Amino acid sequence: MSLGSGRGPAGAGLPAPFMASGTSSFTEFLGSHAPELLPSGRPLPPGGALEAPHGTTIVTLTFDGGVVMAGDRRATMGNLIANRDMQKVFGADDYSAVGIAGTAGLAIELVKLFQVELEHYEKIEGTLLSLEGKANRLATMIRSNLGMAMQGLAVVPLFAGFDLEGDLGRIFSYDVTGGCYEEHDHHSVGSGSLFARGALKKLWRPGLDATAAIRVAVEALYDAADDDSATGGPDLGRRIWPTLAAVDAQGLRFVPDDQLADVVEQIVSHRRDNPGGAR
Amino acid sequence: MTMPFYVSPEQLMKDRADYARKGIARGRSVVVLGFEGGIAFVAENPSRALHKVSEIYDRLAFAAVGKYNEFENLRVAGVRYADLRGYSYDRIDVTARGLANAYAQTLGTVFTQESKPYEVEIAVAEVGTDADGDQIYRLTYDGSVADEHGFVAMGGASDPITEGLKQRWRPGMTLADALRLAVELLAQDAAGGPSRVLTPAQLEVAVLDRGRPRRKFRRISGPLLDRLLSSEDPTTGVPREDEQTSGRHDTLSQGRHGQHAPTADPEGPEQPGPAQQ
Repeated sequence: MSLGSGRGPAGAGLPAPFMASGTSSFTEFLGSHAPELLPSGRPLPPGGALEAPHGTTIVTLTFDGGVVMAGDRRATMGNLIANRDMQKVFGADDYSAVGIAGTAGLAIELVKLFQVELEHYEKIEGTLLSLEGKANRLATMIRSNLGMAMQGLAVVPLFAGFDLEGDLGRIFSYDVTGGCYEEHDHHSVGSGSLFARGALKKLWRPGLDATAAIRVAVEALYDAADDDSATGGPDLGRRIWPTLAAVDAQGLRFVPDDQLADVVEQIVSHRRDNPGGAR
Repeated sequence: MTMPFYVSPEQLMKDRADYARKGIARGRSVVVLGFEGGIAFVAENPSRALHKVSEIYDRLAFAAVGKYNEFENLRVAGVRYADLRGYSYDRIDVTARGLANAYAQTLGTVFTQESKPYEVEIAVAEVGTDADGDQIYRLTYDGSVADEHGFVAMGGASDPITEGLKQRWRPGMTLADALRLAVELLAQDAAGGPSRVLTPAQLEVAVLDRGRPRRKFRRISGPLLDRLLSSEDPTTGVPREDEQTSGRHDTLSQGRHGQHAPTADPEGPEQPGPAQQ
């Protein structure tokens, strides 16, 4: 970091970009002052793909008055489990959550940058960004990562939040080129998403309440883990549960472990002698 | 032949200092003072949008007097400094001392090198885990820094306010007592006339509340501020939990009698008791 060094006269305090007016974006400020701190500001070495931990399945669904997002805890590297208790669902700010699939290291860096971006805007402007504003900001960040995506270091987030203007939970999905699409009702990304989406289609109903939505999210992850080796199921032995965030008019909260343990135990006992969850 | 116009450096610096001082004295004062649960900020400011007191980072806040465009510029620079530090290192590594140093360098450079000094005076406060860890730095237009203990009054006619704080401020005051003291001192007339009456609507009040997780800065307004400033009301502190309303959670206005009253913490400062006497 080059605070007060090399940019402007020696001992001149805060360098010029700190005092420049015009932008409330932290990313734009970094771009002008310390581009090496941006994921897209680093030169890419030539050569083929390298092996790095990958995060896997994220599911999200709306309920009456909000949205929940859940992620399994596994990161894989080839056929190895790189990490069994990784967090892949994060609070972006008070009213939104972001989940990530893809190259874990880059994805976590991107989420961290996105969190600072939103808080920075909030402090400078004194107001919250609109939900579309946040979704578009995330799209810009993914777009600038295209060079790395082409080398196999793709990051695909899923963004969900509570829209304070419309009073409802909304979901936005992305592709590697930064395309941002609003999804309705439910969505899933990552290697287990095919199976999770199937489960969501059968389990989601309009007008779910928050408790029911939490159960649907955990059950969809259970189904994904059942058929996808890269998705971690709930680990009853180690007491590792999915990460689950719920966002509604009151803000974002992470569902505590003891509540998740109850939900998981219900699902596991429900699936005994009924592995597909037929009902 | 024209004579080269000579001004001695002493005279040049004195003129600049006088110019800045005059500009600062024209505005209204801001008081920053410690209380049992953190650090409180009280400014006379009828505007709801143009703030004199702002959040910088988790434990850091900023208060300023003088020209709005100049201290707003410094505030934005401070937020950028803090966010950049927190992003490159860790949230815990953003400190008031570092920020005060950066501001001091900047103000000092502007004072000596620009055509006009900044007409501002600012305070940077950091709330610690206990009252001994609280830090308040006061920075003046020429870049000098003072490490203040307990309280600071800046801008306008700040000398009588500082005098009043010296006599009456005590460590461990409740928030209500601290706010009432600050408002009483802000309202007094510098020329010795009768005190003005400051209503809550003319005040900008905020706290750095050490009992909160992560972001500790909250503005106080509405009925909660009325109750804190009223000497009859038993409210002595702010609720620990944010209001469960939709919108930005940076302002506390309802408190314990609000529609979503937070659970009262038996050890918390909002408990009415002998402490409020």
